[in-house]
Amino acid sequence: MAPDAQTELPAIQLEGVSVRYRVPKEVVSSIKEYAIRKLRGRIEHDELVALRGVSVSVAPGDRIGVVGPNGAGKSTMMKVIARVCRPSEGRVVVRGRVAPLLQLGIGFHSELSGRENVVLQGTLLGRSRAEMETRLGEIAAFAEVEAFLDAPVRTYSTGMVARLAFATATDVDPDILLIDETLSVGDERFVTKCYERMAGFRDRGKTFFLVSHSLAEVEKSCHRAIWLLDGEVVADGEPMEVCERYREWARNGAVAPLPNPGTAAVSLAG
Amino acid sequence: MTSAPRPTDVRPADGPVYDSARVEIPIVSEAMALWEYRHLVRELVARDVKVRYKRSVLGVAWTMLNPLLNMAALTVVFSVILRQDIVHFPVYFLGGMLFWNFFAQSTGHAASLSVDAAETTRRIYVPRSVFVVAAVGVGLVNLAFSLVPLALIVVVTRHPFHVTWLFLPVAVLLGAMFSTGVGLVVFTLASRFVDVRETYVTLLTPWLFLTPIVYTPSLVPEGYRWIVRWNPMTYLVEVFRAPIYDGWLPGWKTLSFAVVVAVVSLGLGWAFYASRIEEYGRGA
Repeated sequence: MAPDAQTELPAIQLEGVSVRYRVPKEVVSSIKEYAIRKLRGRIEHDELVALRGVSVSVAPGDRIGVVGPNGAGKSTMMKVIARVCRPSEGRVVVRGRVAPLLQLGIGFHSELSGRENVVLQGTLLGRSRAEMETRLGEIAAFAEVEAFLDAPVRTYSTGMVARLAFATATDVDPDILLIDETLSVGDERFVTKCYERMAGFRDRGKTFFLVSHSLAEVEKSCHRAIWLLDGEVVADGEPMEVCERYREWARNGAVAPLPNPGTAAVSLAG
Repeated sequence: MTSAPRPTDVRPADGPVYDSARVEIPIVSEAMALWEYRHLVRELVARDVKVRYKRSVLGVAWTMLNPLLNMAALTVVFSVILRQDIVHFPVYFLGGMLFWNFFAQSTGHAASLSVDAAETTRRIYVPRSVFVVAAVGVGLVNLAFSLVPLALIVVVTRHPFHVTWLFLPVAVLLGAMFSTGVGLVVFTLASRFVDVRETYVTLLTPWLFLTPIVYTPSLVPEGYRWIVRWNPMTYLVEVFRAPIYDGWLPGWKTLSFAVVVAVVSLGLGWAFYASRIEEYGRGA
């Protein structure tokens, strides 16, 4: 690590972040029903805590993998960083341009052409039409859909849509990449191409934030892993070590003590 | 991607900084976010207009034909069957109805777009108000198209074209402000409850009939005039129709009521929308 890394401002900073939300005990999705119940004073809420006082600091260039079982708060962590959800408590600071590679193809409209969709997608990511128009050729070339750029997207194959979405989302020169494991981009050959582009980002020192169920993936591509459980950070460190402890927990249902003494292990109730 | 050591010569990004702890007044910060995403508003309007006109061959024609069909039917009902005596009834009716359609379509579309907004903002940040403003934008485009059949009817009925048509941009601006305010409320509620659009559309029909569009305010019996008087749409419709039908500018009293109604609607709608942003994004 460079000596000045300590003084460097973190790319992502979570300070005591909690996310709580209220869920009605009974689902009231109708406004008429809501009004009636409100009048009778009969709406009760449960409070759900998705993140509990999570503090994480990510230096620029860090490649972080987040692991944990379903409902541990992985997606919520991603959401607060992507600015999609505001923390109930604590502070989130994100420095740099974020490229969310999550559920690609959101906002793609089947009646519109590939060209129109790329421009629309770009503006959803905060870029201007002029900027997108200059990038169109390159995006289409990378996605290998140049010949179909003016055809409506409903005539595209699933793979073509995925490629175009990936090409558009990664065309920005992002500082931080948020990656969901469900990122599927088509056939084997294109996957290789995607990995190459990702490796390019890595070599240029971009910050990666990857949420995954695949421990192998985290061990392979990250140099730091965070294990979340019940909205709390259980472990944060060397991927091999963190993933091993997570595997251990998954087998035994108990959190293994940390190798270095002095740090308390979290015990699971029940 | 293979495991490689963390690069050592990384420079901190000099891009935008997002800090959730920055003290913000939602009413102001949301307005700034909307301005920042103005390109997106334009693209969303373009998308909806294109999709609408691509999907049906009749697309544009339908926008123009629909009010004409209504007008023809209502002209028969009111001029022939009920023998109401409104001079050039088709012009009177269309002048009000096109404006009403603009309002009803914009706000209804805003409610529909809440689904789109929820889907989009589940994963990426976009200020949600862009969807409401885009809905009103689509309404404006359709209103512009529907001026064609209106002009046609003015010609056919030999109603004079008044120079006061030039006042229409002001009327449309007030209508857009009012629609945005109502749209923000409907949109925000529709983001939370599933039946808002349907409920709202149901309420629009009686509201339409309580607005002087198929009748003139003077036809309302004295005892019931308060209904029309308390209806904000009365003033907005009048401000739009007077320059077309009567050939005069709306009276200062009508105009000032319309301005107040537009400003209050936009203000309250925006405040309501901004007061709910904290809740967005929490939940599965």
